[in-house]
Amino acid sequence: MSAINYSEKIPNNVNLSEDRTLKRALEQWQPNFVNWWDEIGPVDSTDSEVYLRTATSVDPQGWAQFGHVKMRDYRWGIFLNPTTENRKIHFGDHKGEDAWNDVPGEYRANLRRIIVTQGDTEPASVEQQRHLGLTAPSMYDLRNLYQINVEEGRHLWAMVYLLHKHFGRDGREEGEALLERRSGDENNPRILGAFNEATPDWLAFFMFTYFTDRDGKFQLCALAESAFEPLARTTKFMLTEEAHHMFVGESGVSRVLARTCQVMNELKTDDVTKIRAAGVIDLPTIQRYLNFHFSVTIDLFGADESSNAATFYSSGLKGRYEEGKRTDDHQLRGQTYPVLEARDGQLVEKQVPMLNALNEVLRDDYIKDSIAGVERWNKVLEKNGLPHRLKAPHKAFHRQIGALSGIKVSPDGRVVSDAEWNAMKNEWLATDADRAFVASLMGRVVDAGKFANWIAPPAMGINRNPVDFDYIRFN
Amino acid sequence: MSSAERVDYQTSPSQYKHWSLSFDGPIATLAANFDENGGLRPGYKLKLNSYDLGVDVELNDAINRIRFEHPEVRTVVLTSLKDKVFCSGANIFMLGVSSHGWKVNFCKFTNETRNGFEDSSKHSGLKFLAAVNGACAGGGYELALACDEILLIDDRSSAVSLPEVPLLGVLPGTGGLTRVTDKRKLRHDLADIFCTVTEGVRGKKAKEWRLVDDVIKASDWGAKVKARALALAEKSDRPSNGKGALLTPILRSIEESALRYANVTVEIDRAKRVATFIVKAPSGAQPTDVTAIEALGASWYPLALARELEDAILSMRTNELDIGLWLIKTEGSAADVLAMDATLMAKKDHWLVRETIGLLRRTFSRLDVSSRSLFALVETNSCFAGTFLELALACDRIYHLALPDDETRAPKITVSDTNFGLYPMVTEQSRLERRFYAEAPAMNALRDAAGRALDADAAFALGLVTSNPDDIDWADETRIAIEERVAMNPDALTGMEANLRFNGVENMFTRVFGRLTAWQNWIFQRPNAVGEKGALKVYGKGDKAAFDWNRV
Repeated sequence: MSAINYSEKIPNNVNLSEDRTLKRALEQWQPNFVNWWDEIGPVDSTDSEVYLRTATSVDPQGWAQFGHVKMRDYRWGIFLNPTTENRKIHFGDHKGEDAWNDVPGEYRANLRRIIVTQGDTEPASVEQQRHLGLTAPSMYDLRNLYQINVEEGRHLWAMVYLLHKHFGRDGREEGEALLERRSGDENNPRILGAFNEATPDWLAFFMFTYFTDRDGKFQLCALAESAFEPLARTTKFMLTEEAHHMFVGESGVSRVLARTCQVMNELKTDDVTKIRAAGVIDLPTIQRYLNFHFSVTIDLFGADESSNAATFYSSGLKGRYEEGKRTDDHQLRGQTYPVLEARDGQLVEKQVPMLNALNEVLRDDYIKDSIAGVERWNKVLEKNGLPHRLKAPHKAFHRQIGALSGIKVSPDGRVVSDAEWNAMKNEWLATDADRAFVASLMGRVVDAGKFANWIAPPAMGINRNPVDFDYIRFN
Repeated sequence: MSSAERVDYQTSPSQYKHWSLSFDGPIATLAANFDENGGLRPGYKLKLNSYDLGVDVELNDAINRIRFEHPEVRTVVLTSLKDKVFCSGANIFMLGVSSHGWKVNFCKFTNETRNGFEDSSKHSGLKFLAAVNGACAGGGYELALACDEILLIDDRSSAVSLPEVPLLGVLPGTGGLTRVTDKRKLRHDLADIFCTVTEGVRGKKAKEWRLVDDVIKASDWGAKVKARALALAEKSDRPSNGKGALLTPILRSIEESALRYANVTVEIDRAKRVATFIVKAPSGAQPTDVTAIEALGASWYPLALARELEDAILSMRTNELDIGLWLIKTEGSAADVLAMDATLMAKKDHWLVRETIGLLRRTFSRLDVSSRSLFALVETNSCFAGTFLELALACDRIYHLALPDDETRAPKITVSDTNFGLYPMVTEQSRLERRFYAEAPAMNALRDAAGRALDADAAFALGLVTSNPDDIDWADETRIAIEERVAMNPDALTGMEANLRFNGVENMFTRVFGRLTAWQNWIFQRPNAVGEKGALKVYGKGDKAAFDWNRV
């Protein structure tokens, strides 16, 4: 693919056809991206025409254009949110100075690291989810999976755009490396642990899109505050798409719950064996999935005391969630924040310098936001007249990163002995048997309007289409 | 920096306050008679022939005038016009009131001047004789150590000494420790004694310990010194009938943010803390025979260039401390540079050509020891060929612009014969050998490539340049590299750069500079030297230094 008609092929608002740097970089990268998609993208999807939302511009009419397209022909676009005239840096040591339109040499390495780390998660999730199409519970769900996959692809484009545009040769090499790493490959893994875990089934997929894509939202929100204007603008636009991914997760789990409640009410039982025998997923299993995904995801925010976090904030690279809406001094020197540590078998709070605790600050903001969704799931249970409730585990539960890693804590926040942990862990975290059971339910149902037994249909279709709309044309 | 504070490295004999320069056939005599009240800065008196930077600026000038204006001189005799004192070294009160940066820059320059004695003795037959006719302490003895021979008057009192450790709690800053061992081959345990006794060593013992070459009675002094000077002159091939090149004043304009010379421009960006050196190639027909070269004298292009570049480097080092990164660019025709190189190579044995090469060599060496980051930018209309390529090779990094779509405008670099040893570093390696660790495959490839104009990709493939960004990447790639560099700790950069520039071969000269940047920078900063009760601070005040006895 030597010559690309850019405005046709790559919708953008970055003046791509005039930008030699970008054109040259993307001419090399674009074919490699398509190869990557063909090789490691969704399996058996090449010929399918999928009813996809494509962003063709950043204005309200343009960012959600729907139509049937083959995914490899999806128009991965490059969009920056409109600029604010004379935007000033609003936090950190550079507060009050003009925002940067070029990478300051002093911060090159850290900015590149932030962008590469964010960028790496995007193709990783496509890789993690590539087999799910074979077990889709409906054409509607399959379409949503594909929508997420292409948008993760577009988010990769957004990060690669920044690398290509602003980081020269180094940036191009990093762009290539983003296509070379593979989720779960022990020799060339993705950067973050959670993105090397398999997404083996659709319950895991819904949990992942609910919890882990929400981590993405919070990371993007923090980056949208960045003093580096191109990063701030591109992540702002990515957030418009991220909302759909979380919707898929939240509504997916709700529909699983709705179907389970229906069966429990029909059978008038909460006996797990009977519920499983009826071909739906029992509530304790859902809780154990929840515990797993929640704990793995909050690890993604990093160590609770972090010098990198302090540096990133003070140098203006990464703000806090909704930095602009906060009313403190936006520099945070001399302030403290509580983090948890275990002392004498108890979890106790310890005050640490706020700047070093910014990972924890973002994690706590995230926890608040994700717990709200768990309450909406409980509304499903409530509406179906069931007394059971789901609960997000304590933030010290099952942690692998930071001061809490290595400490055994129950979901309700008690430090427990190794013996208690070993006795209880199968009650707390999804077991192989749980996963095997869930996997046993997964069979491909893709006739328009048909749904697998273990999940309820959605209340409405995509883009005001009916639920039985032909979202995918299998060719 | 106001013009009053700016240090100027240009002077001439008629302006000297401290040295008396006289000529007698093949012998030039430089006699120290430092003006007590002639210090460069207020706050100290240059008693007992103790020196400051101003004294050394004159010394450097005098040696250059002997080199260029007096080809008949074969031996320089360094002596004193003061009674009972030869030279008592760097002025301690000057050191006491100087910033650390000033001290280090001062030591660097004095080291370069002394290294220059040895350089000239080795490469162009100018010999140096220290006629030590009085007390010779610290930097005074280090000055003598840089000479080919040292004669000490035997008057029962005159001694040579390095009293820095016992008296001042610091180390000799101009190669004293190193030359006592590496050059004079004093046994290390005797050196240990010598370096810890304030009174030094005199008479017969000084000779037995190899600290001096001979000890001469006062009555024989004049005749013996002259005889030794003439004997040294016998070893020289400097011509008796050469036509000296008068070192006329360098024409330059010193502006707020620029230094402008005929062939060198330095532009200073204070906000970015970056200076850009632009070195211009010769233009027009250049002489190829020695008669024409002698006729041109100081206006012969290579000599003019060397003097201007030297002045620019010294001025930037001393006067622009926070300009941490120098970008080196060239401008003009590579063919003209290579034509100049051909003449330099063909006539390198002629005394004036040889001296000019020597000044270029020492000037390039000044780049090697400059505590500034050096990046060469090879851009369109540049001429990094031969002698000019040496400028790039001295840099920490070389960025070479690639123009794959524009062969004619694509900048090229050219290796010439001059790069294989005409301008060795103080390590005696060429900068190409330094770059490639003298490994045969690389050196052979360079030999094969010599004379060819190499574009960025070809130069990159040979390892001659660090990075070869094309025109699309160039602006960002270089901007980011520059911004990133100037944001780093300047002390760490100085240490790192010196470490990497002087890789591989160590010798006396690298040891002298290595000690200066490492030990000296540490010891001179410690409270034991410069604290309230530090040895350097209390010197001469009747107080005793209070040391923290813990060994580090």
